[in-house]
Amino acid sequence: MSHVAFRRDLPQAALRVGAVAAMVQATRSLRGTMPDTPRARRYSVFAIAREALRQHKGWTRAWASPEPKSRYKVIVVGAGGHGLATAYYLGKNFGITDVAVIEKGWLGGGNTGRNTTIIRSNYLQDPSAALYEKARSLYEGLSQDLNYNIMFSPRGLIMLAQTEHEIRGYKRTVYANNLQGVQTEWLDPQQLKAKVPIINLDGPRYPVLGGLYQARGGTARHDAVAWGYARACSDMGMHIIQNCEVTGVETEAGQVRAVNTSKGRIGCDKLAIVVAGHSSQLAAMAGFRLPIESVALQALVSEPIKPCMDVVVMANTVHGYMSQSDKGEMVIGGGTDGFNNFTQRGSWQHVEETVRALIETFPMISRLKMLRQWGGIVDMTGDRSPILSSTPVGGIFVNCGWGTGGFKAIPGSGWAMAELVAKGTPGPLAADFGLNRFREGRFIDESVAAGVAH
Amino acid sequence: MLILTCPYCGVNAEETELHPGGEAHLARIGPNGTDEDFESYLFARKNAKGVHFERWRHAYGCGKWFLAARCTATLQVFGTYRAQTPHPPADIVDAIRKARPDWTPDWTPAEGIAE
Repeated sequence: MSHVAFRRDLPQAALRVGAVAAMVQATRSLRGTMPDTPRARRYSVFAIAREALRQHKGWTRAWASPEPKSRYKVIVVGAGGHGLATAYYLGKNFGITDVAVIEKGWLGGGNTGRNTTIIRSNYLQDPSAALYEKARSLYEGLSQDLNYNIMFSPRGLIMLAQTEHEIRGYKRTVYANNLQGVQTEWLDPQQLKAKVPIINLDGPRYPVLGGLYQARGGTARHDAVAWGYARACSDMGMHIIQNCEVTGVETEAGQVRAVNTSKGRIGCDKLAIVVAGHSSQLAAMAGFRLPIESVALQALVSEPIKPCMDVVVMANTVHGYMSQSDKGEMVIGGGTDGFNNFTQRGSWQHVEETVRALIETFPMISRLKMLRQWGGIVDMTGDRSPILSSTPVGGIFVNCGWGTGGFKAIPGSGWAMAELVAKGTPGPLAADFGLNRFREGRFIDESVAAGVAH
Repeated sequence: MLILTCPYCGVNAEETELHPGGEAHLARIGPNGTDEDFESYLFARKNAKGVHFERWRHAYGCGKWFLAARCTATLQVFGTYRAQTPHPPADIVDAIRKARPDWTPDWTPAEGIAE
């Protein structure tokens, strides 16, 4: 069932153990028993075997925690997946390693650690499909690229059609995806039932009439994505500075000069703002507004149960999506609250609404106990598409507006943002996602195309 | 759960009875507006972390639009008021100042007196 994703080859399994060993090591380091040095070794089955023979005393920290320098060529604000991926591809694709990634909390502690880990690229509009498919294809090889197992599990993803309108919409998406080179297909109810035996096709309110299936969609370990990128960035000599809050942006003649932080003033040539829910606050420090509103999005997980569903299922009409984690928990997400909110906790009635809808479609989950519930602050744009753009201030670039679906885009977002920051002008992936689209009325309207959850 | 008092019918309505309508006090741009004006009016938002003024409709009640002053960082509600005002009325400003001494309005006080 869900663990089949890891059967591919032995090194993959070894990497997975390596990731666990790194976590054990990270915990030890926090206790002060380990030296504070960047890692110097590849994770491999041989490293595991060697360490197994000496009580795992030889692991070093996965990334360094240096004090900030007075100046960097590029400062990335936000050490979530998108910020770290931006830094990583700046180094890897453009050779820019004089980079600091600064983070007010801890690495990957925002939306990167709060999402439901879904990866897909079945978007309707061409620019979206290109960007998300780039991300999905980078996810395929990311564990090998980073030498860090991100547990990418392309287990397949189904978006349920539960109204006649959704049937037409998703069939249209299949045709669009085929033209875009994104592999998706239409499933009729019986094919869908074969893939998801626990589904109830004749729901009293919303019967399941078919589905949009992406076989190479799936999930990944969200924390590991941030950790893997952080380790690779640190290894290139970049500085990852946690517990460092940006309190101001210093500009001179319309050009960025420095950021003021809780660890002092740090100069920079270029500044990349990659802070999701707090994008408007950073923009305000730099003196401009963004077409963004921040709202709470919630998720919850059940107690762990035996493997019962080895695909990701999204039901957009009733606002619910569900997958089963490797630990056996049913991971459930729903819709956002409708009002501005920065508290990282959402409204109870959304939990009720989500669970009520999913119980109709999956009757067997009705007696599950829910273990944890949490919220994240998502940055919503008017057309529900992201912003990868230069700004009114020279040298400042924003990567935001990923809304409820940023995790799936992390590698592609970092790839496109790195190009934008390095060259100062967007490449083909980011070109359509500029801020000027709102002035020009050139929307990438996924809010209509994708229904709701996306 | 968020509970707002409808200033028209006086009902303490919880959020499932209400429909959110986004940032309040946006100046509507007419046919002579520039592209920049329209972009600002239609899309750019303050998205404040803290004191925030917003529109709500008492959808499953009296059906009327009203405005609320609320803190987006703590979910504290400072008060609700009628929608026919270009700026929050004095009693709302006082209630906010009492709870947030550091807060200052981003409009000039003369404009603030609407009722």
